Amino acid sequence: MIERRGHAGSATRRRANSVIFLGPAIVLTVLFFVVPVIIDIAVSFTDLSRSLRITEFTTEQYEKVFRTDRRLSQVIGLTFIYVFGTLAIFNVTFGLILAITTTAIRNVSGSFFRGVWLLPRMSPSVLYILLWLWAVSPTEAGLVNQVLMQVFGLDAPLDLLTSAPIALIIISNGFIGASMGMIIFTAAIRGIPEHLFHAAAVDGAGTFATIRFITLPALRWPISFVTIYQTLSLLVSFEYILLLTKGGPFYDTTVYALYVYRRAFESGQYGYGAALALFLIVIGVVVALIGWRFFDMERLLQRPRIEVQ
Amino acid sequence: MAKIEFRHVVKRFGAVDVIPDMNLVIDDGEFVALLGPSGCGKSTSLFMLAGIYLPSGGELLFDGRVVNEVEARDRNVGIVFQSYALYPHMSVRDNILFPLRFKKTPRDEALARVKAVAELVRVEELLDRRPGELSGGQQQRVALARALVKEPELLLLDEPLSNLDASLRLSMRTEIKSLHAQLGVTTLLVTHDQIEATTMADRIICMRAGRIEQVGTPDDLYLRPSSLFVAGFIGSPPINLIAGDAEGGMVAVNGARFPVEGASGRLTVGLRPEHLRFADTGFPGRIAQIEPMGREILYVVETGMGAVRVLEQGSSAGHSTGEEVKVSFLPENSLVFETERQKLIAGAHVRAPD
Repeated sequence: MIERRGHAGSATRRRANSVIFLGPAIVLTVLFFVVPVIIDIAVSFTDLSRSLRITEFTTEQYEKVFRTDRRLSQVIGLTFIYVFGTLAIFNVTFGLILAITTTAIRNVSGSFFRGVWLLPRMSPSVLYILLWLWAVSPTEAGLVNQVLMQVFGLDAPLDLLTSAPIALIIISNGFIGASMGMIIFTAAIRGIPEHLFHAAAVDGAGTFATIRFITLPALRWPISFVTIYQTLSLLVSFEYILLLTKGGPFYDTTVYALYVYRRAFESGQYGYGAALALFLIVIGVVVALIGWRFFDMERLLQRPRIEVQ
Repeated sequence: MAKIEFRHVVKRFGAVDVIPDMNLVIDDGEFVALLGPSGCGKSTSLFMLAGIYLPSGGELLFDGRVVNEVEARDRNVGIVFQSYALYPHMSVRDNILFPLRFKKTPRDEALARVKAVAELVRVEELLDRRPGELSGGQQQRVALARALVKEPELLLLDEPLSNLDASLRLSMRTEIKSLHAQLGVTTLLVTHDQIEATTMADRIICMRAGRIEQVGTPDDLYLRPSSLFVAGFIGSPPINLIAGDAEGGMVAVNGARFPVEGASGRLTVGLRPEHLRFADTGFPGRIAQIEPMGREILYVVETGMGAVRVLEQGSSAGHSTGEEVKVSFLPENSLVFETERQKLIAGAHVRAPD
């Protein structure tokens, strides 16, 4: 009898559970994703501009995207360099190096160094970029110039914001992005059973062979995850670039997301901005779906697969 | 193949001396078991032999060569871990091949050796599978193959059978023993299971709290345990230990009094359940409990000196609960220990009362 009542109750209970657990996420998704996308699509078919008056419904914005905007190909090329440069150098590779080295040394110093590398992520973006602006200041007072001139005997100060702006945005974003990879990879390395390392040592593997044959294979899923997640977040975020270089000099560091922002809010072409933003949304969804299939991300959500049962 | 020697070996973790002073010689080709309860330092000793831990003091020798500072990868040691520690993302073939990778063995020769060792432990059908697709017993064999493929000087087995079910454990026991006979490699087995140790090893090293308690053949440990600890650890069901005082050739335990030879003072008498039998004379008692164990029956008998376990051969109980019985034994089967020092008094015996 008790069991039966439990069953009858469980159907309602299950329904209630799905509302309780999924409800908040669904409300947020609808409110901050679905609704804005619909508004964006609507605006992209208008000639909305700074006057905030819609005079006609038109496909003119899309014509501009595909035909007349000559700057767009340069922006896309730069975005490609920025996203993959940051990912390949910092978010994955450097994150991996940090995780491997800080787990190989003593726990106390390992945690200390991980803490240090987490600082850029934790500091407010404006403060962080302010420090960068001071570091790369083209005057003699800039940190980099101080070091170059006093230690290496350089004659005149360098203006890195003009001479190497792309490298700067990659490095400044990379220092922040590396920490996420570092944390995720550290957790994954900690999850590898210690016996595997012992077995590898007894089998004759040195440090690099152990990393190659034991550590990296166990990190396949975390690396996929970090790659996809960071690709998306690098594609859509531009606040550090805006603060550091304002997209300049000229359009030299204007990545796609920043280009959308500059078109919409600096030039006041809201309709055109909306059309451009739509492509970002489509790319975001497509990359997420490809990632889901290609990297088999479903397996990330399952039980850890490291331990052999 | 190697002769292994521990000379005053110390292993410290922080301020804790896990192994305070270990001295031991294992002969070339011998099969030795390190037996003891968990935390007694037996796995630590094994890890020192493997080079995973380096000793904090003393000398560890392989064939007379000090190997204290030699790292794991430079020692020619094969090891089978309790968890098997197979590489999960590699096929069985690559797992077995792995140690040969670092020995610069030519590919053809390496593959031939993998094949040979796979046949030896009968996993040749499984070479293309992943460890996750194997049963526990199969993983165990693969781990053995990986340990043996590089023809190690020393084979280390860390609780290799504890993750297997009872029947598989029995057959692996036989197989490991025959592998050892076939290959003659010096083998060290670490186990907390006395049956594993006594069935497989030529010699058993019984450890307690980082110290060697007794070294001997399975018979030595069973028939002549040097201490109360060894007596209590070896034998199943466990030995009956009865503490009493001896004076003028008689031991007094609670109400019971019986003769003793060769000892006096505070004593502990050890009587193995399988050496006790029901007889016309002996300690009077009453059967409190009966536990049939298949081939044998274990009786718990309440006597004047406390509860004792009596093991009787046969599958059906000849006695029933509540029955009044007398328990007797042969004097030469009795063991007498000094209670204070917990040591065996050689040659001392007790007799059942008439």
